[in-house]
Amino acid sequence: MSAATSSGQTAGSGQRTVPVAVTGLGLVTPAGIGVEASWEGVCAGKSAAATDPALEGIEVDFSCRIPNLDVAELLGRKAARRLDRFTQLGVIAAREAVADSGLDPETWDGARVGVVIGCGMGGAETWEAQHKRMLEHGPKRVSPMLIPMLVPNMVAGQLAMEFGARGPNLVTATACASGTTAIGVARDLLRSGACDVVLTGGAEAGLTPLSIAGFAQMHALSTRREDPERASRPFDVDRDGFVAAEAAGVLVIERVEDAAARRATVRAHLAGYGASADAHHITAPDPEGSGATLAMRTALDDAGLEPREVDHVNAHGTSTPLNDVAEAKGIRQVVGDHAAVTSTKGVTGHSLGAAGAIEAAFSVLTIQRGRIPPTANLDSQDPEIDLDIVAKEPRDGRVDVVMSNSFGFGGQNAVLVMTAA
Amino acid sequence: MTAVYDRVKGLLTEKFGVPEDDIKPEATFEDLDLDSLDLVEFAMATEEELGVGITDEEAEDLETLQDTVKLLESKGATV
Repeated sequence: MSAATSSGQTAGSGQRTVPVAVTGLGLVTPAGIGVEASWEGVCAGKSAAATDPALEGIEVDFSCRIPNLDVAELLGRKAARRLDRFTQLGVIAAREAVADSGLDPETWDGARVGVVIGCGMGGAETWEAQHKRMLEHGPKRVSPMLIPMLVPNMVAGQLAMEFGARGPNLVTATACASGTTAIGVARDLLRSGACDVVLTGGAEAGLTPLSIAGFAQMHALSTRREDPERASRPFDVDRDGFVAAEAAGVLVIERVEDAAARRATVRAHLAGYGASADAHHITAPDPEGSGATLAMRTALDDAGLEPREVDHVNAHGTSTPLNDVAEAKGIRQVVGDHAAVTSTKGVTGHSLGAAGAIEAAFSVLTIQRGRIPPTANLDSQDPEIDLDIVAKEPRDGRVDVVMSNSFGFGGQNAVLVMTAA
Repeated sequence: MTAVYDRVKGLLTEKFGVPEDDIKPEATFEDLDLDSLDLVEFAMATEEELGVGITDEEAEDLETLQDTVKLLESKGATV
């Protein structure tokens, strides 16, 4: 069904849309290092949450970290020293994505290659370490690397250096929707003709005592410290908050005609993007979900698809009491109740600005492989959530159209629609 | 080479990740792939580890590792 619709009309504009292809994927997530390991991890449905020694003494002392990641080994000692962890993760994911795309940064026209990465927090680890240093040893001991390491745009700047990508280069910040926003903005750079290739996604590594204490004080986090593996439980009646995670996901996208011309393997099409704001509250979702539904509708219109054509929703599904009910209402309103819904955050936790990017990658893999990953820890579905949630085991079957939702504190909503190539 | 040189060599390999084989008396900071930001950090490190810092003006005149070690020794660096 996607082939007939992906080259349709942009709603209201009367202009032909430019179909966009995903030709490369890269992932480094708590479910695994690399696309295959991450996919295997989310499909296994086992939560990556564990007690985190870096958070000792904090009310919430567990998180979802990337297991056994040796940055110095992967990137060299210089990058390990001079880049904050969120940028390191972005580079690791981007290298995999570029290699997967088959594009050669040695020969491409760098002026036509853009980079748009989402990041919610920036270099939180660096901020905290250097602040501590200043308090203990004075301002003359603050590292000259503080600013270049912490600014959130450095991940995009670093990818430009890494790959000679000299086109438009930016980082989007819409909190937990940042990765999704980035992919939408990147898609528009292809549609407008500003770029021929864009590396896009999200990177986040904010598992520090200060930021976790902050989230905990908001009562946004699960406090199930005696049983962290069961803490991230989207749509479950016993959910009590999200589990913070670190991750990066990068997609290589280009116009379908360009991908076809170079005979690239197209993993999926990026068919629709919708963005909106709640205009409601700094952190609470609009209880009517009107901002979220606006973004979902806009994304479907943009893709030229009807709600009944959506096979699957990769939900924002954070496992917070408020989000999951409001989102479920929104999905029911816009899409209906026929689509299979999952939240991969049960496994990965919530990687904030990276979340939308890794979930976009999971959506692409779901389409390619006809397999919907399960929502981990869904023992007893909240009776207020009247949707077909995929629980415990992956569900196999043809999936042509996926909607991927992301909603950020601040009321920013971003939704992508992916279709089979 | 002197004890101060050995100490500086240790700093460069441990803190700055410079490959040991690249460290030679005649090596410039550029040879060692260290930029101006690294130099500021290096000066902070010598102050902490050797008790002697390097001012911005002094840093401008430094070309090689040997110059640096001489400067540190002339300022009373001891190990």
